[in-house]
Amino acid sequence: MADMITMDLVSPEKLLLSDEFEMVVLPGAEGDFGVLAGHSPITSSLRPGVISIYEGDKEKDRIFVNGGFAEVSKDKLTVLAEEAIYVADLDRANLEQRIQNAREDEEDAKDDETRRRAAENRDHLQQLLDAMV
Amino acid sequence: MANLKELKNRISSVKSTQKITKAMKMVAAAKLRHAEEAANAARPYAERMDSMMASLASGMVGRDDAPKLLAGTGSDQRHLIIAATGERGLCGGFNNSIAKAVSLRVDKLLAAGKDVKILCVGKKGRDALKRKYGHLIIDLVDLSGSKRIGFSDALPIAQRVLAMFDADEFDVCTIFYAKFVSVMTQEVQGQQIIPASVPEGAETDSGDVVYEYEPDEEEILAELLPRNLSVQIFRALLENSASEQGARMSAMENATRNAGEMIDKLTLQYNRERQAAITSELIEIISGAEAL
Repeated sequence: MADMITMDLVSPEKLLLSDEFEMVVLPGAEGDFGVLAGHSPITSSLRPGVISIYEGDKEKDRIFVNGGFAEVSKDKLTVLAEEAIYVADLDRANLEQRIQNAREDEEDAKDDETRRRAAENRDHLQQLLDAMV
Repeated sequence: MANLKELKNRISSVKSTQKITKAMKMVAAAKLRHAEEAANAARPYAERMDSMMASLASGMVGRDDAPKLLAGTGSDQRHLIIAATGERGLCGGFNNSIAKAVSLRVDKLLAAGKDVKILCVGKKGRDALKRKYGHLIIDLVDLSGSKRIGFSDALPIAQRVLAMFDADEFDVCTIFYAKFVSVMTQEVQGQQIIPASVPEGAETDSGDVVYEYEPDEEEILAELLPRNLSVQIFRALLENSASEQGARMSAMENATRNAGEMIDKLTLQYNRERQAAITSELIEIISGAEAL
């Protein structure tokens, strides 16, 4: 068995995940990077994207985060994310419907503030949808 | 006798009040447990954020190009005060003590010739501050709609504060809230959140390890600071909700106890009156019989 790296995934509301994995690929701000046990200490910001967890050669889990930070120290990886969702929990049809709704909201918006909020919502949903592919 | 009837009515009314306060105490205890759980669950994120801040910010302090959120605007003329209170009353001195701390600080700042703005979170605080500082209150954030404080409640407040800071509307921002110590004690605290105070003594488990930064320190810090602000506000709101429930719990416990004492006293009085009535009736009968 290869060395394992401990990953803590925390959101402001709770500790979402704390477990050992073989390899974790993070969506770094300047490109994806993989973290194995013994990775050199690094602090990086993350762009909205998918964290992939590998076991052996197989991708075991995919978690969407909407940006955040990752810190690697010794044998520990800490990911701070304001939002994290398992990609497997996402539902494509549902998301597409919500994007459609958001788009309509945006068109119907009466003032700038509502329009901006609808656009933000749509971008957010679009990111989620992109993560599924 | 009319007096006896009155006493009886009072006893039963105090009894029903006691039932209500007892129920409120129980509800507050259950809510307190939830609030404490939420506060505990939020701790890991805040702690790691702190340690990340500490390791990043220590290198930046004193540098000219440090971000404004960390270094400040170089002036402390204009203050923004966030008064975080509860949405409901009947919780002892909770709302009042926060409002009092806020007004103390505001008075001090005004006396020193500073400009002050107040942002109220929770309408009880606004009600208390409105009379004295109505012209200083810029807005009220109403959280009565959300049953349990979530990060989504803190985020809009943080965004609002950041937007105001970017628009150069204030220099220093302080948030007032009650820190939860125990059910009996809550400490009102004024915490400065802009410019960010570098967490002291936060554990950096990195030791002497040199970190790589990606993209680079400044950019990470620039992203970290706004997020840190929302975490600070979130933490304050969580502490506050735990404190509010704690204060309500002990206030209601006191009320229940007082009601119990009242009932005892009234019952004693009722019995005495009853006995007196019987005695006087007896005397009437006896003296009537003797007169014959």
